Amino acid sequence: MTGYLLRRVGQAVVVVIGLLIVIFIMIHLVPGSIARSVLGVRATPGRISLFNSTYGLNEPLYRQFLTYLGQLAHGNFGISYQLQQPVSTLIAQRVPKDIVLVGLSTVLALVIALPMGIYQAVHRDRIGDHLLTGASFTLYSMPDFFFAFLLIAAFSVQLHIFPPEAPSASSLGGLLADPRALVLPVVTLALVSLASFSRYMRSSAIEVLAQDYIRVARAKGLPRRLVLSRHVLRNSVLPVVTMVGLSFPSIIAGAVIAEEVFNYPGMGLLMYQAATSHDIPILLGCTLVIGVATVVGSLAADIAYAVIDPRVRYGRG
Amino acid sequence: MAAAEADPARAAPALARPGGRRELAPGLASFARSGTGRAGTGLAVAIVLFSFLGPLVYHTNQVTVRLNLASLPPGSGHPLGTDASGYDVLGRLMLGGQSSLELGLGVAVATAVFGTLYGAVAGYVGGFVDAIMMRVVDTFLAIPSLVFLLIMVNIFTPNVWIIIALLTMLSWLTAARLVRGEVLTLRTREYVQAARMMGGNSPRVVFRHLVPNAIGVIVVNATFTIADAILTYAALSFLGLGLPPPHADWGTMLSNGLNYLFDSYWWMVYPPAIMLILTVIAFNLVGDAIRDALDVRLQGR
Repeated sequence: MTGYLLRRVGQAVVVVIGLLIVIFIMIHLVPGSIARSVLGVRATPGRISLFNSTYGLNEPLYRQFLTYLGQLAHGNFGISYQLQQPVSTLIAQRVPKDIVLVGLSTVLALVIALPMGIYQAVHRDRIGDHLLTGASFTLYSMPDFFFAFLLIAAFSVQLHIFPPEAPSASSLGGLLADPRALVLPVVTLALVSLASFSRYMRSSAIEVLAQDYIRVARAKGLPRRLVLSRHVLRNSVLPVVTMVGLSFPSIIAGAVIAEEVFNYPGMGLLMYQAATSHDIPILLGCTLVIGVATVVGSLAADIAYAVIDPRVRYGRG
Repeated sequence: MAAAEADPARAAPALARPGGRRELAPGLASFARSGTGRAGTGLAVAIVLFSFLGPLVYHTNQVTVRLNLASLPPGSGHPLGTDASGYDVLGRLMLGGQSSLELGLGVAVATAVFGTLYGAVAGYVGGFVDAIMMRVVDTFLAIPSLVFLLIMVNIFTPNVWIIIALLTMLSWLTAARLVRGEVLTLRTREYVQAARMMGGNSPRVVFRHLVPNAIGVIVVNATFTIADAILTYAALSFLGLGLPPPHADWGTMLSNGLNYLFDSYWWMVYPPAIMLILTVIAFNLVGDAIRDALDVRLQGR
């Protein structure tokens, strides 16, 4: 287990370094000068050269990269060109809000998906199963932004239950002070993952239901409810755990859309604005944070797998 | 009940054929019998016919903007009304379908070719090369897709080919992983060893024996890729980073239409949304059915 963990962490470190290099190159591919896109078409040559020397943009690419790495080692993500604030501060303000959004929606998705998958597996190929399969297929096939708009149309415009815009408070407390405004963004994001989680849960529950130990548990007289919650749930939840870890990037993509639709002040919105204004320090910082979170997420999923399932023992393989 | 037992006349010659077809033939029979597979194929064919043959039957102006005809509700002459530029929505749906389908297909083909090559080489060569190649894949997988697209679309002025290339850069990763996994299990089979022992060089083993036998995984992934590419591109056009106006596709139509949702111009929103959803459902159903048909474990259940 320790050897396996070390190897996985080593891989993760390699991936993060690769990630930095790729993103750094990608962002510096911008044609024309960054200075011009930030300062505008009327910028004088003097201002452009001042901008370039302030941000070290006239140095060779590898020097810029090494400087950036050096800054990172000191916890310095650079300063945003547009907002003129340290990127680390900007990200630190938004990470808790993203944890609230992504965390709540993932929990919500799981709370619905797990019982739904088991129900479908138990009632396999009957009307209820077909209806839910149809529903999750439709959900999966819908563009995220479209059902965000459908939710707004239904719950804000027609029924006036929930506001169509997320609270734009700068602090986490302000965000949580208005829980009603959180409902639609969280539900939107939960629906993004619900379809795939419930599909996985269904197929893995079908496999588990066919096992002999389930028949034994039923034969020795355990009530159905107990068999489902003790044996089926615990054994079939494993692939879903991996799934949650691996679906992190798609949840983030969903978050960018949800934040854009509901004007939710998270990292997705920050990144979207930075991408459209060539604010490179913000893009680098956000992508790095999300990339690391993705790598850590899949690592955590592997470890959780081993913790939940005592049968899984990672060898030296 | 396996397909081979159900129809021995069909299965017998299939067993004699070399390569992947031997595995595919019983699978195809079982695919043809699955209800969802049929429904998905029928739906996909209908959508393709609608988009490519529709304009030959139903002629509309999709070139000049006519503001005197803008935002007309469905009625005579315009079964689905007109959009904010005065284009007939039904005609535009057909045109948009062409580009959405072409985009999806382009990405799927490019993904299948590139992902298969990469995955097959990594899996076949193995060892250090494999480790390096897979870390590259992991690195790109760690970049959130939408973030990648946000950055790249701001760098390049998007045209259809660039969009296809960018979407392929995202989707080949999964294909490469799947093919590698498949090749890893296939390369230890006796027929692969036999081919090598008889003097087959590496390209021959990879292309004649490994890739044809991994074709099931590749095809299934390609159908899902079509659906995913159409959806991802829709998200991109929603963020305002799609192709510029003369170009029509369902994602752009839908995101433009959403501006008018609260004006109750429903005909600009729901038709492209429904086409988009139906297309994605169709290809997902086909992919699911092919996967079930090829999965020997599920046959006979």
